[in-house]
Amino acid sequence: MSARSPVERGAGQQRKAASWYEASARERVRLLLDVHSFQELLGPEERQISPHLHIFNLPEQFDDGMIVGKGLLVGRKVFIAAQEGRFMGGAFGEVHGAKLTGMLRAVRDAASIPLFILFDTGGVRLQEANAGELAIAEIMRALMEARIAGARVIGLIGGRAGCYGGGGLIAGCCSALVVSEQGRISVSGPEVIETNLGAEEFDSKDRALVWRTMGGKHRRLIGGADMFVDDTIESFRIAAVKLMRSPRAFDADVLKSEQSRLRQRLDQFGSCADARDIWRMEGVEDPNAVPEMAPDAFIALADKIREPCHDAR
Amino acid sequence: METLHFHHKVKHRAAGTKAMAIVGVVASGNLEVLVERILPNSDCELDIKTAAEGFGAVWQLVVADFVELRSPGGLKLSINDGGARPDTVAIRLAQAVRLIEDVDP
Repeated sequence: MSARSPVERGAGQQRKAASWYEASARERVRLLLDVHSFQELLGPEERQISPHLHIFNLPEQFDDGMIVGKGLLVGRKVFIAAQEGRFMGGAFGEVHGAKLTGMLRAVRDAASIPLFILFDTGGVRLQEANAGELAIAEIMRALMEARIAGARVIGLIGGRAGCYGGGGLIAGCCSALVVSEQGRISVSGPEVIETNLGAEEFDSKDRALVWRTMGGKHRRLIGGADMFVDDTIESFRIAAVKLMRSPRAFDADVLKSEQSRLRQRLDQFGSCADARDIWRMEGVEDPNAVPEMAPDAFIALADKIREPCHDAR
Repeated sequence: METLHFHHKVKHRAAGTKAMAIVGVVASGNLEVLVERILPNSDCELDIKTAAEGFGAVWQLVVADFVELRSPGGLKLSINDGGARPDTVAIRLAQAVRLIEDVDP
């Protein structure tokens, strides 16, 4: 389909108007990919629902909150997996996780086709915690196997639930991450840290603290995310195309250089008590201005402070 | 959880050619509606699983209104409900039928 066809032009308008944060997982998939190109695998009509939720008298969802399939991105074949953050907080259960594992194995076998994971998750679904934890381990293994086979796995993060718990671990295994201001990436969430270590250590009600510790801007500034984007589906699409086109190696040298980057980071910033201290040390003149900074100004600042790095974090 | 089932005879077949459509999310006060074109043109069925128990009479009224208004012949609607209000249910039912009335590209 020509990029100038009326259908594509209409989709372009929709992508620019649509907030990634507000969109459902299905909306994100539909608009991220080329028009009418998405083909779902194990779709809702197959009714692959959770075998656990009914035991707890909880409602099920026909896709178990995970949408997987294939499609086209600017004409190139891609695989895609998207979590619905509003169903059970996007949490990983047995079926939800198995769909992503299966997708990653298909990515491994195809080797040259990239996978986009649209994270939106609080972590493991506690009603099926054992199955969910196992799913996280299986996904990380499958993700590594896909990358060793030569495929790129790119995470897109900007949803309501953020990317927490096992989702944060899986994100750490990806080739590259795109994050918006609304996207938060961490393993333990704010409430979990506060419950375990007290409000003096981390006050989960201090939203500014949460955002500058786990939010997209901080993740970009410390090199955890490769690209920071505005909260529109169009911005995520542009970033996805850019990252899809930059092939990188995944070998011992990449991992060694990542290890030395992380050691350096700890040496340099290990004594900082707040993200603002890190930003100041990185050369940000006015760290207090960062949270309010408009996306374009922030992207310019982040590109100056830290170039997008290699395929590991 | 409560399970409800409704079967209606309807006047017209639902328009369009799509075989399946889905709308909504299972969350508090929300629901998903999966609609499939798998029944004879004179029939419409709804299978409902709801977290809010004891509202069968309200569902019956909302469904009867929907069938009268849309004449969704040939459609089976499967619903997972997280305790949506009747107005939200009515909107999702209408959206589901609107989606399946599209013509496949």
